[in-house]
Amino acid sequence: MSESGTPLLELSEVTLRFGGVTAINDVSFSVADKELFAIIGPNGAGKTSIFNTISQVYRPQEGDIRWRGDSIMGTRPDRIAKLGIARTFQNIELFPQMTVIDNLLTGHHVRMQRSWLAGALWFGPAKAEEIASRRKVEDIIDFLEIGRWRKHPVALLPYGFQKRVELGRALAMEPELLLLDEPVAGMNLEETEDMARFILDIQRELGISMVLVEHDMGLVMDIADRVMVLDFGTKIAEGTPAEVQNDPAVIAAYLGSEFASTSEASKT
Amino acid sequence: MFGRPNLYTSYEQESQIFSTWTQKVLAAFGILLLFLLPFDIPAITTKIPGTGWLADIPVLGRVFSWSIGDGIPLVRFLGDADWLRPMTTVFMLAIAALGLNILSGVAGQVSLGHAFFMGVGACTGVFLGGESSEALYGLGLPIWIWLPGAGIAAVLIGIIVSPVAVKLRGLYLAIVTLGLVFVGIHLGNTSWGRKIAGPPALGRKYPELDIRLWKEEDPLINVSDDGRWLWFDVTDAQKRYLLYLVLAIAFAFVAKNIIRSRTGRALQAIRDRDIAAEVMGVPEFKYKLIAFAISSFFAGVAGALFAALSGQILAEAFGLFLSVEFIAILLIGGAGTTSGTLIGTFFVVMIPQFVEEITKWLDKSEGPIGGTVGELILTDGSGDLGVINTSTVTPGWTLSVFDWNIVLFGVLIIVFLIVEPLGLFGIWVKVRNYWKRWPFSY
Ligand SMILES: Nc1ncnc2c1ncn2[C@@H]1O[C@H](COP(=O)(O)OP(=O)(O)OP(=O)(O)O)[C@@H](O)[C@H]1O
Ligand SMILES: [Mg+2]
Repeated sequence: MSESGTPLLELSEVTLRFGGVTAINDVSFSVADKELFAIIGPNGAGKTSIFNTISQVYRPQEGDIRWRGDSIMGTRPDRIAKLGIARTFQNIELFPQMTVIDNLLTGHHVRMQRSWLAGALWFGPAKAEEIASRRKVEDIIDFLEIGRWRKHPVALLPYGFQKRVELGRALAMEPELLLLDEPVAGMNLEETEDMARFILDIQRELGISMVLVEHDMGLVMDIADRVMVLDFGTKIAEGTPAEVQNDPAVIAAYLGSEFASTSEASKT
Repeated sequence: MFGRPNLYTSYEQESQIFSTWTQKVLAAFGILLLFLLPFDIPAITTKIPGTGWLADIPVLGRVFSWSIGDGIPLVRFLGDADWLRPMTTVFMLAIAALGLNILSGVAGQVSLGHAFFMGVGACTGVFLGGESSEALYGLGLPIWIWLPGAGIAAVLIGIIVSPVAVKLRGLYLAIVTLGLVFVGIHLGNTSWGRKIAGPPALGRKYPELDIRLWKEEDPLINVSDDGRWLWFDVTDAQKRYLLYLVLAIAFAFVAKNIIRSRTGRALQAIRDRDIAAEVMGVPEFKYKLIAFAISSFFAGVAGALFAALSGQILAEAFGLFLSVEFIAILLIGGAGTTSGTLIGTFFVVMIPQFVEEITKWLDKSEGPIGGTVGELILTDGSGDLGVINTSTVTPGWTLSVFDWNIVLFGVLIIVFLIVEPLGLFGIWVKVRNYWKRWPFSY
């Protein structure tokens, strides 16, 4: 796989502004092969914006983003997908009128080759590819235990299952890096546990690296290898879950400014 | 096989267009019926006394119209030429509608310029296929050149406007494409356009539907005169019907394939969530361009078939009303689905036919008076444009049949938008699901 030393993904000194708002301020971090890297931070800290700069939906004004050592700045989002970066969205962005199967097959689009012309004729290569893709997608459906919904339009599914389908769609892209934006937001305990199990299986069995954005601290501290903490677009801490948990700056950011002075004035 | 309808033996079977036995049998039966429709079928050999009134029922009576000559009654279906022609029109228009369905129904790019691309196809068709004379341009090439050529010309023109079109969406795209329609009408009426289309109201000799290798005397398959095909006597109108039917089936198959494969899913993804689609690896502009090109190709081919069917082309025939008819087709049938598009085309073409039939029947004693609809529409009986019907103004009715059609389409568009956005296809799905669940209704 990747040469030792070159991280899978590397952001260096990335800054993203929206008019007067600085959503990401001089943030650097890197994700290693097969690592589960978590990003946490209060609302509006810039976590989703980081995902959007990696997907190149937003173009940062400063800094560089490298994939296996090569800059991906200015690359189109669909090319980023082809490189092997898949993601889910904070507010589910499934294709609502399509069935579960078709949503996953659309995820697999990027790994399919046949042109529209081959598709128009159907018989031959296009059909063979459709059936092979269908098989792969069915494996993912089994893995995520969403078989009973496979032919339902996703708009009709309960919220928790929609989240799973979105994860499935990202997996169907056969990525090397998976960006998960709040995969358990709004889920009950049981659903959260299922999702945690899927995430760990993806990391260990499929060997896919992940960046996880999540407000559920319990989950992050349990499964993440490393954690980065953002506040107002600025990175305030990075380390193992245990290190981050005890960082005074992190405590201040989470508990409010009145605690900042009492614990430590590391943040101005 | 029997039992749970959702259980399939393999993904291959499931990927078929008609995946269950019931569907296969019904489809085969339906297609067979379409092939038999233009012919008289001697079904009843003795005339049943007292049943003559059956023939007087509007619309349905057509089936029972008793035949000429030796008194052998026939079940006529469409043996009647004035019903054969609208059905042929259905096939021609269905090809164009299937194209627009891919662009507007599947990819969500509403275009009002579809009539324009049909016009481009019609002009190219008559130019490539029609004979030249001192007043007219024409190359007199065989159908296997002029028909695809018409589609390709429409694609090329489409590519010229596509840099603008793929960047627009919603209302903006609708308005820009609407502009194309007016540009098209203007171009068609220039002296240069007339050299292709022929003088107004006269037209020109349309491209031959005969299948030839090149320009030889005897065609491989003669489509333009009455004659024998295999063991059957077939009139030219029946031949046209069959040719257009075969073409419509072929294009429906291609359209369905595009929709059910990788490209179709990519287009739907762009329609539903364009940014998510890009992040999933679907290049938005590329696929919008593909949708635009496919739709233009279908329109171009249909336009050439339109010219060959009507025998003349008039720029005004490819105007706003035709574009609106397409929108009506998609909305009534159910945008995004192939079968919905086919059903929608059937209704939109046949409704005026029914209206006319019923108007005639309502006013049988006085009889219809051939009327005027306005300068746009040719009322020359043999050469009417098929799509836009010739009008009959009946005494006592303040609106002409043509006016009624416009009103009817307007009302139908509104009703379907409000009541059943999925169109007739949606209604069909509901009915089907009801029966699948029966007797467990919930
Ligand atoms: N498209 C945009 N235009 C303008 N401002 C934006 C845009 N996207 C994000 N922002 C701003 O950037 C900042 C960071 O937003 P972001 O969505 O990245 O936060 P987040 O950490 O994901 O928050 P949450 O936990 O609520 O999801 C916010 O102040 C937000 O208002
Ligand atoms: Mg967010």
